[in-house]
Amino acid sequence: MSTTRPPIDSPAIRRLTTVLGPGHTFGSVTDKISSIVLTRPTSFGWFVGFAMAFGFTALMTIAIGWLFIKGVGIWGIDIPVGWGFAIVNFVWWIGIGHAGTLISAILFLLNQKWRTSINRFAEAMTLFAVACAGIFPLIHTGRPWMAFYMFPYPSTMGLWPQFRSPLIWDVFAVSTYGTVSLLFWFVGLIPDLATLRDHATTKAKQIIYGMLAMGWRGSVRHWHRYQSAYLLLAGLATPLVLSVHTIVSFDFAIAIVPGWHTTIFPPYFVAGAIYSGFAMVLSIAIPLRKAYGLEDFITLRHLDNMAKVMLATGLIVAYGYFFEFFMSVYSGNKFDVFLVNQRLHGPYSHFYYALILCNILLPQSLWSYKLRHNVPFLFFMSIIVNTGMWLERFVIVVISLTRDFTPSAWGRYQPTFWDWATFTGTIGFFIMLLFLFVRVLPAISIAEMRELVAETSEES
Amino acid sequence: MEQHRSHIYGVMAEFDTPDQLVHAVEKARAAGYRRMDAYTPFPVEGLAQAMGLKRNMVPFITLLGGFAGGLGGFGFQYWVNVISFPMNIGGRPLNSWPAFIPVTFELTVLGASLCAVFGMLALNRLPQPHHPVFNVKRFVHATSDRFYLCIEARDPKFHIMETVRFLQGLDPHHVSEVMDD
Repeated sequence: MSTTRPPIDSPAIRRLTTVLGPGHTFGSVTDKISSIVLTRPTSFGWFVGFAMAFGFTALMTIAIGWLFIKGVGIWGIDIPVGWGFAIVNFVWWIGIGHAGTLISAILFLLNQKWRTSINRFAEAMTLFAVACAGIFPLIHTGRPWMAFYMFPYPSTMGLWPQFRSPLIWDVFAVSTYGTVSLLFWFVGLIPDLATLRDHATTKAKQIIYGMLAMGWRGSVRHWHRYQSAYLLLAGLATPLVLSVHTIVSFDFAIAIVPGWHTTIFPPYFVAGAIYSGFAMVLSIAIPLRKAYGLEDFITLRHLDNMAKVMLATGLIVAYGYFFEFFMSVYSGNKFDVFLVNQRLHGPYSHFYYALILCNILLPQSLWSYKLRHNVPFLFFMSIIVNTGMWLERFVIVVISLTRDFTPSAWGRYQPTFWDWATFTGTIGFFIMLLFLFVRVLPAISIAEMRELVAETSEES
Repeated sequence: MEQHRSHIYGVMAEFDTPDQLVHAVEKARAAGYRRMDAYTPFPVEGLAQAMGLKRNMVPFITLLGGFAGGLGGFGFQYWVNVISFPMNIGGRPLNSWPAFIPVTFELTVLGASLCAVFGMLALNRLPQPHHPVFNVKRFVHATSDRFYLCIEARDPKFHIMETVRFLQGLDPHHVSEVMDD
């Protein structure tokens, strides 16, 4: 600690790191955010970015189309590794979504003002990540046109889904999560859609935003019920988000495969989900504030706070790795001991070392105040953490499955071109949806920013 | 006066700050007006109390939705496994309730959330394509930076001239008549 730095809570520091740039009024936040959607011409850079993302989306549709024609044999999955990329990517994507709900629900309940300018696009990120996640288990079923088997419907055979199976819990958890995230996002959008309707520059925009706003007029009676509903949704989404990755971890933890069958999985999956999610929020926020000049709204304080959350959840994840390792060795179970050995010295050990580097060692740099305020470095770090979390899922799925109980059943896993095409395709799809989102909807909640203006003007 | 009432929905005053609006609402209530509504671009603290709004039905509807989701979810799994198609899975009891908890929990949250959102919209009578306040040209600022108080013609104390004079006494930015159609 340098002695020159004033104490954290001093006015000097607060002025440097406010959640809102100075001099903003109700009108200025409204104009600034709504103009991005309504009046600002679509830039050349937007088209370039969109075209690239669209290209990868096209690759994804080709990969999925080919999969539908040929079957899952085009992937690297085999026996013993039946799960491969599809499950790795599913768990990765669903985890990324978690930060959006955390920001919008948990930080709302904790009355954290800094969430205001990042919650909207973080929620959009959640929705898009859940959409990407949902693709994988669906196409992994082999016969995706039979996917409705997973839902309870009165079939002619009188059969029902197996409600004792974590895979069915997953169906309910992910579909509930997707639905509630959509509701939360849409409820937050209603007042802003009304703003866009009233500021619309063309008749078509006025009609479209007007229909979506459903006639919202900001009546005090409406706001009264609206606030109740929003608070309740936040309260409901909080346990929900914790349950979703818990249930995803049950997919592994309830199996008897070495390295999966551990009770530490639920909390450590949830921490990992928030870890990767905050990394993704940073990866989106940094280019977004730059491209649209939103440095007044997404300030260094936001980036700093997100980096701190990343550091904290990263330490929980590190604790999880350590205890996973320790319990395997301490248990004396020879399959568990063998698995640790495989992670450290087996054919996929370089993935494990890369994972430790990306998820534990490099993020320790975020202890530094200077580096947390270095925007390009934070962007680099967020990509590192996302990579690390993907590697974690790869290590969990592949190392355990390739070397389980009987050496005669051992195998290797090698992803194919189509595995990579599907994976990179979903990343393109995710980015494409984000590009469309920032172009047609306000990326920052305008109504909540006005509230923030009211609150900060009271303080000063 | 009767003829006015059929054409006029109310009288609307426009204010620059949320505090002015809260004071205006307090004065209007003190003056005996009851049928009125305030319009703001964000939820203004203290305005609901000033309007005399107390509790609303949204939490109760949400609770009902949660109960319906939870009981329905568990009941359905019980019915499926015990009554509709009993099957011996690894010698576990037919009603192996701990395994039914995750789905029960998810459906509780789903039912409560759906009821919270759709209950809120229904109580607010939304979607509502048109409302007389939209006839006021200046009302577009209600979703941006202005704060409105509308005293409605159905208020027993409403009298076009007096109400306009009353609102003008509150130091508004602007006062306009709201036409009904």
